[in-house]
Amino acid sequence: MKIAEKTMSVEQNYKKGFSIRFKEDMRQNWTLYILIIPVLLYYLIFHYFPMVGAVIAFKNYIPKKGIFGSDWIGFKHFISFFQSHYFFRIFKNTVVINVSTLIFGFPAPIILALLINEIKRQRFKKTVQTITYLPHFISLVVVAGLIKDFTADYGIINDFIAFFGGERRALLNSPNLFVPIYVLSDIWQGVGWGSIIYLAALSAIDPELYEAAEIDGAGRWKQTLAITLPSILPTVVILLILRMGSIFNVGYEKIILLYNPLIYETADVISSFVYRRGLLEANYSFSTAVGLFNSVLNFSMLLIANSISRKVNETSLW
Amino acid sequence: MIKESISRKIFRFFNGLFMISMMIICLYPMLYVLFASFSNANLFMEHQGLLLKPLGFNLASYKMVFKDPMIIKGYGNTIFIVVVGTLCNILMTAFCAYFLSRKNVMFKIPIMIFITFTMFFSGGLIPFYLTVRKVGLYNNHWALILPGVINTYNMIIMRTGFQGIPDSMEESAKIDGAGHLTILFRIIIPLAKPVMAVMVLYYAVGHWNGWFNAMIFLQDRRKFPLQLILREILIQNDTSQMTGGVGLVDQEAIGETIKHAVIVVATLPILLIYPFLQKYFVQGIMIGAIKG
Repeated sequence: MKIAEKTMSVEQNYKKGFSIRFKEDMRQNWTLYILIIPVLLYYLIFHYFPMVGAVIAFKNYIPKKGIFGSDWIGFKHFISFFQSHYFFRIFKNTVVINVSTLIFGFPAPIILALLINEIKRQRFKKTVQTITYLPHFISLVVVAGLIKDFTADYGIINDFIAFFGGERRALLNSPNLFVPIYVLSDIWQGVGWGSIIYLAALSAIDPELYEAAEIDGAGRWKQTLAITLPSILPTVVILLILRMGSIFNVGYEKIILLYNPLIYETADVISSFVYRRGLLEANYSFSTAVGLFNSVLNFSMLLIANSISRKVNETSLW
Repeated sequence: MIKESISRKIFRFFNGLFMISMMIICLYPMLYVLFASFSNANLFMEHQGLLLKPLGFNLASYKMVFKDPMIIKGYGNTIFIVVVGTLCNILMTAFCAYFLSRKNVMFKIPIMIFITFTMFFSGGLIPFYLTVRKVGLYNNHWALILPGVINTYNMIIMRTGFQGIPDSMEESAKIDGAGHLTILFRIIIPLAKPVMAVMVLYYAVGHWNGWFNAMIFLQDRRKFPLQLILREILIQNDTSQMTGGVGLVDQEAIGETIKHAVIVVATLPILLIYPFLQKYFVQGIMIGAIKG
């Protein structure tokens, strides 16, 4: 009887609870809510307004008429994009650049981390780390400037080509060299920084495991296969899946710093196309449609990647 | 320690060799720039291949760079954006992270969902651009500060850092009658110093290196940050503004060394503060990694 009464009162308390809890919350946490107001405004204005603004993909947006005053035209922009010859080109380039950075760029920091981990002398290890992280902090403008400089027909790479009897040419003007240049410079800039996370995973391995393996007579190579690799595998898998989630997403910044009309056929990706069409040619509605297509694609890839991750690893992003 | 096998020694030797070449590859492009910037313009033009020291050491290109009003102005603009921008970033990120790290707050979950959704979906570049114009930030330095004032990844790292602070610290402050603001500024932030240092580094470097938003939102050249000026010089190959006083033949030569001097001037500040913050940012990545 008593227990039943008690549950009743708790239940009642919970039912009429909302307004009571709300008042209590406001009394205790009102300063907290004041702090969060500018934060919410920021997300509303700079993230949610643009999402709403993306409806101009379905409209014939004319700045004078505004987003809501412009006329609806349905999927016309999408259809004309899918039918244009640009569609195949930028779609293919986006995937090619991404897959190449994935194949060559993804294993690089893992290998570097494994090798750094083998260094015994602490000072040397620290120095290697400090220096390999450094390129991460150099601005993209400078990196792109260096690439342009080194690959120019008078540049250092051509000096070597000429030395070995080759012919000087501006390497960034040949379409089939863009992807290698992009990928290599990406590795140069990111390999050290990317290794940090694996080094963290490596340092978390219990040293007793190695000692036990040594007693059992396992050599260093065997230890690597049996202990080190399995220990960092979860980190590798989750980063790989995350990376797969952005397979249709290539940032425009580096592309638009490096490319030129001569190599659009291999260098132009979805995001740089959106930038050019939208901001340089003020084709707002059309480029928004292309951008929205890309956003939806990215979002669905992320959902797929996440559900795979959940199955494989029992760890997921949410 | 068990005696090392010969194969192990050989591996170690080659690993060391590999590491040294890695360091050279990472460092050499910067050294090349440094040597080129101190070189005599004409000698540099004639030179081919690797550069192992400045050719005919001189400071002519630096003199040109520091005489250039656009560079000076750009430096000023960049410093303003870095200082004010990072301050806003840190404050807003801390507000958000503090809110989401509290326990007994009613609307935490809906707000969390509201915020994290923006990590996975966006309206795209064009609607973002139009929004920033619409709210009247066009051709204004605040267009480089407000639209990215919270980086959600950074916010989550900071929140994880805040959550790691034991509750007992703030409980005792609460008993003493401290409000949320006091707890945040007097207890949480000082205790989360490594995370805060990482955040300052990330945001400040982001502002220092940022150019794209400046390119699309700023019209007035006097408002350009350093990176945008740098872009004109490096990518569009335009040093004519600075080489006004020299003859046409020298112009091309000195233009080349000026380029390198500008890179040094624009990159050195970051490279100088970075080693001091290094111990913090490794910690920061680990905090983020635990979550990820």
